[in-house]
Amino acid sequence: MTGFMPMRRAAVVAIAGAIVAWHAPAQAQNNKTVLIPCVCELSGAGAVSGTNYRDGAHIAVNEINAAGGILGHKIVMRDYDTQTNPMVSRALVQKVVDAGAYVVMGTVYSGSTDVNMLVTEHAGVPQITGSEAPDITQKGDPYIFRTSSGSEKDIPALVDYFTQTLKVKKVAVEWVQNDFGKGGHDLFVQAIRKAGVQVVADVPSEQGQVDFSPDVAKIKHSGAQAVFVYVNEEEAARFLKEAKKQALTVPLVGDVTLTDQKVIELAGPAAEGAIAHVGLTVSAPVPSIQAFVAKFRKIYHHNTDHNGIKGYIGVYAIKYVTEMVGKFDRKAFAAKMHGLTLDANKYPGMLLTTSWDKTGELSRESFMTQVKGGKAVVIATIPAN
Amino acid sequence: MAQFLQVLLSGLATGSIYALAAVGFSLVWQAAQAVNFAQGEFVMLPAFLVLIGEHWLHWPLWAALLFGFALSILLLGLAFKRLIVQPFGPDGGLPLVIATMALSILLKEAVKTFYGAEAEPFPSLIPNGDFHIGGAVISVRDVLNLAAALAVVMLLTLFLDRTKTGRQMQAAAQNPGVAEILGIDVARMTLYAFLLNAALAAVASFLITPVYLAKFSNGESLGLVAFIAAIIGGFNRIRGALVGGLLIGVLDNLTATYVTLSYRAALPLVLLIAVILWRPQGLLGDAEARIV
Repeated sequence: MTGFMPMRRAAVVAIAGAIVAWHAPAQAQNNKTVLIPCVCELSGAGAVSGTNYRDGAHIAVNEINAAGGILGHKIVMRDYDTQTNPMVSRALVQKVVDAGAYVVMGTVYSGSTDVNMLVTEHAGVPQITGSEAPDITQKGDPYIFRTSSGSEKDIPALVDYFTQTLKVKKVAVEWVQNDFGKGGHDLFVQAIRKAGVQVVADVPSEQGQVDFSPDVAKIKHSGAQAVFVYVNEEEAARFLKEAKKQALTVPLVGDVTLTDQKVIELAGPAAEGAIAHVGLTVSAPVPSIQAFVAKFRKIYHHNTDHNGIKGYIGVYAIKYVTEMVGKFDRKAFAAKMHGLTLDANKYPGMLLTTSWDKTGELSRESFMTQVKGGKAVVIATIPAN
Repeated sequence: MAQFLQVLLSGLATGSIYALAAVGFSLVWQAAQAVNFAQGEFVMLPAFLVLIGEHWLHWPLWAALLFGFALSILLLGLAFKRLIVQPFGPDGGLPLVIATMALSILLKEAVKTFYGAEAEPFPSLIPNGDFHIGGAVISVRDVLNLAAALAVVMLLTLFLDRTKTGRQMQAAAQNPGVAEILGIDVARMTLYAFLLNAALAAVASFLITPVYLAKFSNGESLGLVAFIAAIIGGFNRIRGALVGGLLIGVLDNLTATYVTLSYRAALPLVLLIAVILWRPQGLLGDAEARIV
């Protein structure tokens, strides 16, 4: 009896050991993770952009993880709220870099990205931003990449629209005094003057401004034949409402935000007729984008704007590029992405064929949209430049 | 001329909202001798209560408005007085001011957490439409906002000056001890002041949110401007708050249109400094002396 017990115990231990050994590799495989944090504007003036960017990114993360992750590693995406405050965003990016982030997703507001990209550059961590201010890709930072083209790519299309389609000689410019607005404003004013169009009213506004009555009154009495509106989403909605209130009837043309889904929702009928050039739009007549928009609505029970698409393709770009590199190597990742083109037919998560140049600037097909019947409708498609 | 008229009327409409919030500052000051630094949030919150009624409880707009109005009076009037002001006693002083600052943060963060950080559209109570005067396009909403604010302040002034309860409220505010000796229920009169403040905040909220959109941070700038308007007009005068609010609204619009848009935010502060230097009691206020 005494001799049998150790034998039986040994057998039990051996069987248990075998079971553990059999499961261990699979368990270890499942535990492999890669940290891709989302540092975004979840509150404050940029909440509309940041929350959509985050939600789009999470859809991609869930899809990629369900399909086995990146090189067998599950993505861990934690969200960090910058409160649309550049200094908070810098501290958070430092925090996620210290935590071992492979790539940082965000931020969307250019003022924040301008500040926090210094941290990722210093640490050698790639950063996929939703920002569009021109200076972001002009600083020689080898680790910054856009998910939407910068203003310097969009402005030529807009200038063409003012001069060739609208055929105006006098324009007014309504812009927001932050990094996003100033960058676009400076480029536009320079380009439109060069095209022989007079800027008869140059109206700066504040981020978070609620009262646009003097702005609209000034524009209305300036003799402008059209207005270039370059403000963020909530301010765009307030501007449109005030323009409607004061019966400003000239064409209102913007870049990116003016025909954004959230702006249409906030401005209601006042958004009707607004025109914008957008790098990405949820109304693009592209099946892959329409499928994404439907998926987003099904998951979150509300519509996304172009920032949701940016977040989604940003995460997919990380997956595709990492798989091309074949390992989690931040430096190799950044090097691979420069000059890369991801064909949407081969890489469906990109939704549209996308290229990055050696500065991290992005090129792809873009659209002119107009709000008709409460929806942004594509009125022209502009080839990648 | 058309532009001037347009800017003037827009300024009056915006100023009327500042005035409603500023009157609230004045009422709380007279009732509790404290500055309510959550006044901006008091204007922000009622709109969200209406949205809760409309979107979460799926009530029609009129029911949601009643719900929002009633709950505002309960929360921002009764609960504010009982839970925040009363525990500090009759001379709340600086601790009470700090408590209202904390309340301001609490209200903002609560709305952000429970409703969301994004701006939300708010249904307009006033039909869209405009009419033309001398080349200026005047919106019906602006005119009705102004009329509503003027009517509210006028009725409030009449109530305070011409009714027994109103005079008792003034007596309780000016000298609670003597008022009590004269048989006035001071606690009740003080409560009325808080309830009135909550009602005014709710009205201001319903008028302004369709244009400004419902957002948790709306109270920040509004509260500051209304506070300045109350000081400019005279903190101890309801009519002063009205004048202060309208003055800031009009001057802000005129400055932004004819002088500079870049420094428009500085204008209320410049006005404040000027009034403090030349007429510390405010444009319509009475000088007060206190023994400390």
